[in-house]
Amino acid sequence: MELVLTFLLLAFLGATALGVAKTRNLFSAVVLAGIFSFLSAGLFTVMDAVDVAFTEAAVGAGVSTVFYLATLALVGGKVRAPEIRITTVKEKQTARTPRFPLVVVVVTGAILIYGTLDMPPYGEPNNPIHRHVTPRYLEETDEEIGVPNVVTAVLASYRGYDTLGETTVVFTAAVGVMMLLSRLKKRDELGEEPWGEEPVESLDVGFGALEPSLESGDRLAEGEGRAEELAT
Amino acid sequence: MSDQIILRVATKIVVPPIVLFALYVQFHGDFGPGGGFQAGVILAAALILYGLVFGLRRTQKVAPSWLVRTCASLGVLIYALVGVEGIVLGGHFLNYSVFFPLHPEEGQHLGILLVELGVMVTVFGVMATVFYFFAARGREDL
Amino acid sequence: MNIVVHYNYWAFIFLMMVGFYILISRRNLVKKIMGLNIFQTSVFIFFISMGVVKGGQPPILPDDGRQLIFSNPLPHVLILTAIVVGVSTTAVALALVVRIKEAYGTIEGDEVTAMDNELPA
Repeated sequence: MELVLTFLLLAFLGATALGVAKTRNLFSAVVLAGIFSFLSAGLFTVMDAVDVAFTEAAVGAGVSTVFYLATLALVGGKVRAPEIRITTVKEKQTARTPRFPLVVVVVTGAILIYGTLDMPPYGEPNNPIHRHVTPRYLEETDEEIGVPNVVTAVLASYRGYDTLGETTVVFTAAVGVMMLLSRLKKRDELGEEPWGEEPVESLDVGFGALEPSLESGDRLAEGEGRAEELAT
Repeated sequence: MSDQIILRVATKIVVPPIVLFALYVQFHGDFGPGGGFQAGVILAAALILYGLVFGLRRTQKVAPSWLVRTCASLGVLIYALVGVEGIVLGGHFLNYSVFFPLHPEEGQHLGILLVELGVMVTVFGVMATVFYFFAARGREDL
Repeated sequence: MNIVVHYNYWAFIFLMMVGFYILISRRNLVKKIMGLNIFQTSVFIFFISMGVVKGGQPPILPDDGRQLIFSNPLPHVLILTAIVVGVSTTAVALALVVRIKEAYGTIEGDEVTAMDNELPA
């Protein structure tokens, strides 16, 4: 049963990933990426990682989809046809679908598969990973920490330093987004631009704003116009 | 999207249970799946849902921009201070056993609770801040 | 050496390579970030699969002190935090894409390069 579920989920994951690679509509790519996250959450559940599945379902399928949609509302939702290649601003060339990335990917994949041949078998209780610190965590948590969920105990107590660092990274990411997306409005008397934001009327992020997405031709023309402006 | 009556009514019904569920995930995280990271994300998801349907202005009446930004930094501060408290009481950084020297596992329990609270506050603050900034950017060229 | 025991590692390598392919072959920056995300998620799945113990349970200790077989909680902890860090860094990347769109009027990587090359020095 578990095996069947794993195979099914892996097949769906592969199909969704190929779908993301294939589609030229960014909106459907975002939805497919959300499905990919959700399927991987299912796979985590099958693999007994309930906490991870929980996080992946909430983060990957929920919040990150919203972030992607908010971005698409700002940048438009179409991908340019892959046959056209821009080398200079004035010209566009038609190029064949590039083979080189495919070769790189196949070679890398083959090397990685060769590497897995030395890995311990899947799911064996005697694998090296299960013999290092894990037995101590599993045996001592009940006495030392008194918390039934071992994942929480390791996360917050045994490996509290890690989690403090990760929390700081998350906070730093928010600082980065604030610096990138805050609007620079006024210059002070020294001519420097202070960081700031201003109150906003309302929000129509996503669905409505996505519809008038630019056609690829328009986008090219727009890009050229912009570049000519820059050149003059 | 605030003119869609079904979305408005459904959101009003759904948002309170989501917040409640986030708190359940937070405080039940010691016993079952869950914890600060998940709770923070779910709490932010409730706010984002409200923001998508009712608009940024009404959302920022509930959770102003300065509040979520403060949350993002406050959580890290809570976490670090819990760690420092361990040093103050004579133990190591982030050693919670010294909170109740006679009952180390209760100290651990309290420490984990506080630390997870810090994580939840930060994650909520970060996700809400990122959402606010992306949404505010969208209004610029309108 | 038994080949069949590695089938799921190969599946993750396939997923990883699809993400890698999107990352290096697509010129659209949002698409590249999605490829990176798929790559990342397949690494997560790979990690979690190394922690699996056959016939194991999720690592939550039962009340009555029964001795059960548990899966390894350590990869769970590492990946749990990595997922949240991953979405935060994705948000930073998307913010960069928004700024690139505002500065260049496009999010196609080669158009950006072309404009950069023709700027007056």
